[in-house]
Amino acid sequence: MISSTVAELSIALKAGDISSVELTQAYLNRIAQYNGDLNAFITVCEESALEQAKAADAARAKGDTSLLLGIPLAHKDIFCTQGITTTCGSRMLENFISPYNATVVEKFSNAGVVMLGKTNMDEFAMGSSNETSFFGPVKNPWNNECVPGGSSGGSSAAVAADLCAMATGTDTGGSIRQPAAFCGITGLKPSYGRVSRWGMIAFASSLDQAGPICKSAEDAALMLNVMAGLDEKDSTSIDKPVEDYTASLGNSLEGLKIGIPKQHFAEGLSSEVEQAIRDALKEYEKMGAIIKEIDLPNSHLSVPAYYVIAPAEASANLSRYDGVRYGYRCENPVDLEDMYKRTRSEGFGEEVKRRIMIGTYALSAGFYDAYYRKAQKIRRLIKNDFSNALKEVDVIIGPTSPHTAFKLGSKSDPVSMYLEDIYTIAVNLAGLPAISIPAGSANGLPIGMHIVAGDFEEAKILNVAHQFQKLTDWHRQKPSQISGKEV
Amino acid sequence: MEWETVIGLEVHVQLSTKSKLFSGSSIKFGAEPNTQASIFDLALPGTLPVFNKEALAKAVKFGVAIGAEISKRSVFDRKNYFYPDLPKGYQVTQLDYPTVGKGELAVTMDDGNERVIGITRAHMEEDAGKSLHEDYQGMSGIDLNRAGTPLLEIVSEPDLRTAREAVAFLKKLHSIIRYLDISDAIMAEGSMRCDANVSIRPVGETEYGTRTEIKNINSFRFVEKAINYEVQRQQGVLEDGGRIVQETRLYDADKDETRPMRSKEVANDYRYFPEPDLLPIVIDDEYIEAIRAQLPEMPDAKKARFIEEYSLSDYDAGVLVSSREIAEYFEVVASQSGDAKLAANWVSQDLMGLLNKSNLDISKSPVQAERLAMLVTRIKDNTISGKIAKTVFETMVEDSSSVDEIIAKKGLKQVTDSGEIEKIVDEVITNNPEQAQQYRDGKEQVIGFLVGQAMKLSKGKANPAAVNELLRKKLA
Repeated sequence: MISSTVAELSIALKAGDISSVELTQAYLNRIAQYNGDLNAFITVCEESALEQAKAADAARAKGDTSLLLGIPLAHKDIFCTQGITTTCGSRMLENFISPYNATVVEKFSNAGVVMLGKTNMDEFAMGSSNETSFFGPVKNPWNNECVPGGSSGGSSAAVAADLCAMATGTDTGGSIRQPAAFCGITGLKPSYGRVSRWGMIAFASSLDQAGPICKSAEDAALMLNVMAGLDEKDSTSIDKPVEDYTASLGNSLEGLKIGIPKQHFAEGLSSEVEQAIRDALKEYEKMGAIIKEIDLPNSHLSVPAYYVIAPAEASANLSRYDGVRYGYRCENPVDLEDMYKRTRSEGFGEEVKRRIMIGTYALSAGFYDAYYRKAQKIRRLIKNDFSNALKEVDVIIGPTSPHTAFKLGSKSDPVSMYLEDIYTIAVNLAGLPAISIPAGSANGLPIGMHIVAGDFEEAKILNVAHQFQKLTDWHRQKPSQISGKEV
Repeated sequence: MEWETVIGLEVHVQLSTKSKLFSGSSIKFGAEPNTQASIFDLALPGTLPVFNKEALAKAVKFGVAIGAEISKRSVFDRKNYFYPDLPKGYQVTQLDYPTVGKGELAVTMDDGNERVIGITRAHMEEDAGKSLHEDYQGMSGIDLNRAGTPLLEIVSEPDLRTAREAVAFLKKLHSIIRYLDISDAIMAEGSMRCDANVSIRPVGETEYGTRTEIKNINSFRFVEKAINYEVQRQQGVLEDGGRIVQETRLYDADKDETRPMRSKEVANDYRYFPEPDLLPIVIDDEYIEAIRAQLPEMPDAKKARFIEEYSLSDYDAGVLVSSREIAEYFEVVASQSGDAKLAANWVSQDLMGLLNKSNLDISKSPVQAERLAMLVTRIKDNTISGKIAKTVFETMVEDSSSVDEIIAKKGLKQVTDSGEIEKIVDEVITNNPEQAQQYRDGKEQVIGFLVGQAMKLSKGKANPAAVNELLRKKLA
């Protein structure tokens, strides 16, 4: 039962085949068994999860038919949860207990979802391997010598190892899609503005977006139905009606035009990933889709532009962690300056400090035009590239990552780590929706396929992914053992 | 050497909105520390700003009132610096695209001449909290009630030439802001604050000298004193062969001096960039016109109308329109008494004198407009003389009874009964035979003395016109 999709669990709960309490207990047992090895959770909320499950069962008995009622979920520890520690993977917030709920948390709670706990992540979502977490790295359930990807590595590993039915993630440059690819699961980054950022701890405000991490495209649709929508508390959330994302899951792909960016099938792409994606495209051709090569001429500029804009915004977003009002404060500061310096030196990890330095530099007097302003211009060019391409094709498909999950500790050079998100970053700069779904495997590690569409075309993406999952079973594959333990 | 002073002002006014610029917290003055600070004001992780459109309406109202350019698209920026009373570590302000652009303000200076002073821009921004350094045994207290209060920063061109001009400009600005009702603009409470950029140059020189910025000036009087001190200081430095250092200086009212701020208090690179948590503010002509339609009659227009409608002197009209409340008070007195000239005198002299003496705002005046109107009415209908009215007015400050009750209680009603007046006149003639004879001999001006004696005898209550008439008749 624990490996079932949300859609299947919804039916089982409705039919009374299982109760939410039983299901919640099963996941809690699973967490107890595997989390010690995987380190996917920072906080497990056993007691409150069982209470919520009990309440969900009671609500169902009274006639509540909410689709996600009683289904256990894990929140990335970037979402503020009232009364529960919200660390953002940082020593700075190690003991921060939020007095309020993020809108995403509130929405799942209102839908009757059970929260199992908070998942591990790269510190302040800055990382592509989950190795920057103050709470230690997460292991990839498929191979515990490998990283799960990042920054939503805890959520992805938890879903892949069936420690929860579904999880939330956030994606600033690929932080949902790349770990979803590495862990063999489904992860959707919605269009910028589709999901409220209220209560989601900011990394780079103009790029951050919350999304579902789960076991199928259909599950992603069910989750997005709950998460999406205008929020008065987030001025950048969009006033656009939320559609039922499951409604178009049956549409035929006959005549669908799929664009293949030539820049994403070039140097740097591993042959096994390329082969898997090309095989997947053949499946689409079988469904009547037309494949066409497209050009995204400014692709090579997306990583450099991102590593100016994101750190610049982060350098300001992280200024509030000053030891004055909450969070970590150094011992016995001698004066204000000393308190600032030591609080931030001791409270932040190396990668976070590196990005604050990069961002501060990029915004400094005399450098602003050369870096920040230029990066914003590039951002517009990249957005135009996608707009032009999407005039010719309906969706853009390619690999999510150039290779499968890499070994823990194998990427010590920051730039090589930054290049991990080479295919995903441009989508954040353009604000578009994109999904990663499992589409193959190599050496026992999953391979992710990346599907991008136009602004607010989540429904189209989800159906394109769903049709593939109807024909294939990559998304059903599970690691045969986790950390040496048979599953 | 003869020096010319060049002054530009940066004036911050707190917009009198119901809530803060980006949160729902109240901005009421004087609340217990940190009781008006929401999770956003505390900069808790994950919180986001929501722009208060009431602030926009007030900013645009100011812009329209001074005929300034209004931006159809304005953008908020982050200004980065660390300070404990700045919870986010950045202040949200408007750098490149302020809501209000170039405008101008006509100011009547001390010499009676009007000068047009350029307004460079006016932009919205959030206020910081307060750091309290006393009473915490070596620690500092932080009060975030003020953090996030909406400010309009109004920047003038360096068009002012003396400290007196700076004060006149500031008073005019204050009057406009009060007319528009966009801020309480009380300098003592900090809802209006002024920084002055001051430089000097030899008379005839066209280049500006190096300027200093004076902060922490919190009254009109201190604006004048701070600038004058700074001008003297700069002259001293230059005449001794020194150079002016471009720096920020604090005005210390107790010592009446300016001194440089410690370098730690001056951040030099604010690393401005557009605030990604907020969308640009976009407005159209319809919005601007709707605001324009709400504009009240502004002081210059009101003054012209007072001169025209009530035949007031330029000076009197100027005094009466100096604040919207005084002008409104005057119009009540004028219309209810039916004598604008008399009303103008009473409001601009007696009432203003009273308020200045007791340091009261007109809204707190112990004599309300309706009561003063009644007093003027009683002068006009000869119930009391102007002189007796002063006594009645003094009583009115303490005694909230009606004007008629006070007149009756004190027996101040003017004597108009001819029999009684005749008795007084006869007595005056009898007591002053010499002066009576002088009048009979043709010395006209003696009549004034005799009337005065009669008024004295009647304790001011006799109708002077009636006395005058009867005296002339009897001495004819």
